[in-house]
Amino acid sequence: MTDAPVTQPRESLRAWLRAPTASSPRQARAQAVWRGWQRLIANRAAFAGLIVLVILVTLAAIGPWLTPYSVMGQDLSVRLQPPSAQHLLGTDDLGRDILTRILYGARITLMMAALVAVIAGPIGLAVGATAGYLGGWFDVVAMRLVDVFLSFPSLILALAFVAALGPGIENAVIAISLSAWPPIARLARAEALTVRKSDYIAAARLQGASPMRLILKHVMPICLPSVVVRVTLNMAGIILTAAGLGFLGLGAQPPSPEWGAMLASGRQFMLTSWWLAAAPGAAIMLVSLSFNLLGDGLRDVLDPRND
Amino acid sequence: MSAGDLANSTSSNRSASSMRWGSAAREFLRTVATVSVTILGLLALTFFIGRLLPLDPVLAILGDDASQEAYDRMVVKLGLDKPLWEQFIAYLWNSLHFDFGMSLTSGKPVTEDILRVFPATLELATVAMILGTGLGIPLGVLAAANRDTWIDQVVRVISLIGYSAPIFWLGLLGLVVFYAGLGWVGAPGRIDIVYQYDLETRTGLYLIDSLLAGRLDIFADVFGRIVLPASILAYGAMAYISRMTRSFMLEQLSQEYIIAAQAKGASRLSVVWGHAFPNIAVQLVTVVALSYAFLLEGAVLTETVFAWPGFGRYLTTALLRADMNAVLGCTLIVGFIFITLNLLSDVFYRVFDPRTR
Repeated sequence: MTDAPVTQPRESLRAWLRAPTASSPRQARAQAVWRGWQRLIANRAAFAGLIVLVILVTLAAIGPWLTPYSVMGQDLSVRLQPPSAQHLLGTDDLGRDILTRILYGARITLMMAALVAVIAGPIGLAVGATAGYLGGWFDVVAMRLVDVFLSFPSLILALAFVAALGPGIENAVIAISLSAWPPIARLARAEALTVRKSDYIAAARLQGASPMRLILKHVMPICLPSVVVRVTLNMAGIILTAAGLGFLGLGAQPPSPEWGAMLASGRQFMLTSWWLAAAPGAAIMLVSLSFNLLGDGLRDVLDPRND
Repeated sequence: MSAGDLANSTSSNRSASSMRWGSAAREFLRTVATVSVTILGLLALTFFIGRLLPLDPVLAILGDDASQEAYDRMVVKLGLDKPLWEQFIAYLWNSLHFDFGMSLTSGKPVTEDILRVFPATLELATVAMILGTGLGIPLGVLAAANRDTWIDQVVRVISLIGYSAPIFWLGLLGLVVFYAGLGWVGAPGRIDIVYQYDLETRTGLYLIDSLLAGRLDIFADVFGRIVLPASILAYGAMAYISRMTRSFMLEQLSQEYIIAAQAKGASRLSVVWGHAFPNIAVQLVTVVALSYAFLLEGAVLTETVFAWPGFGRYLTTALLRADMNAVLGCTLIVGFIFITLNLLSDVFYRVFDPRTR
């Protein structure tokens, strides 16, 4: 967007973005992004999801400065207090402020989801785009492998991996990533199949581009939008799986403020102190709901078939 | 079908029908090959996971104080002295005979354990499936028929929450509200301890067993306990089924035959249920079969919350005790069930949907 001189007033940036014909590739690209953004925020549900996620990320980042309590510090004199002005969400069985722990827990949950997306997204994209473009034996082997991974529900597969690797956050991330890449690969392959025979690929090939370059520069960018949507939509499932592992005692371990683990340890006091279980569960639901809303909206924006 | 095939099939009816059988047979063989490769991959994957284990399987059985002699004997007994490929062949052979080894915790064969706990999960999942399908399909149809009205929005919100809420949390909340608060449903667990040894198990499904035995008191107890976990489990399935039903239905309602039916003066009810619905029925069977398989996943968490002595709780108990034979046996069983359900819905689709021919 540096095409517009910095000193120009804001109105002209808007005009530049709205110009009926783009005068440079950069302007065309900026306009496409701008139009997508306009469509995304026009979708109220998706916009709400985005806002909630932005707020959550911010809260997770500045959480420690918002609360006077420590995340691990116990104070048995105030154990199992119901929500009050001092403790907005009450305290747990060890007298720890639940709101504080929820704020710290947001870091763990968002971090796990981001790590899984960063691991599983590129792997799925690379395997799928390569399989779709190359075809042949690589395609057959890769897709058989995807079928094998897809013949388990993701939680069961993650459970089996965690059983072998041992409980803990890092292993949970690895296990969830291992069960999250196959659907992405299948999707990327389907996208790659639609472009492999197209003229612009043939033109690039005739100019002497190597298969590696073709896949990286010409096939993968085409697959990217649908992969981004799928990863966003999957994020909700990833968060539920991570929380499920924590709840079963196979992910983050107490005293970690991971939401699933908090639910599991609050469970025994739940019938008398409902807030112990209500808050972490509501937090998990809020995050996964936001990702679902945003993912739905992104799908509408990025999928050209909806035009 | 190539152009030559097409010309052939139009030239003579008899050769066309024989060719259809030929292509059906080819299709069948291809499916068999695909499924076999997938199952082989499944077994390779679980074998690989088993080797990842940081625990020494011999020490896991014998304990840390085992003598060297006993250790060596167990290594030979487990076949760990053989090369890896020989171990894999043995593993394949045993697994295909449903021999997953001994469970370290129960001391019984894993297969026997799974058969013992499976009816509990089957009963739970089936009740959930009946609820989820019975509510999900009408909701989806209703939403599609009233597109973009408040009805559609309400159905959308209901299914979004079903997608987003952690099932174990809903279970806990359900217990707080409906068991501890209102007292509408029974305690966690499958059956009251009083009745546990009183009920003669024939099918393993307590709802049916209690009716067969003519014990309505037991039936009431069992029903009171299953209704909450099954509803919680059904919610997720309902969310998925209603969403798919809505999108299938919208596709049908935009077709021209719907306009034709409306032009003839057919009522809204008859257009939706009489004309459009039969066309999505076959697609829905696939969706229902798939969500049945996903109920197994939900069952792992639901059973933990409700102390339900089924497959899911067996799996989690085995996981926490690092009972690898049991874990991998359960994983394989879930994989087999998944593949079988997929295959069945595929076959069903081909047989009953003329559009796929």
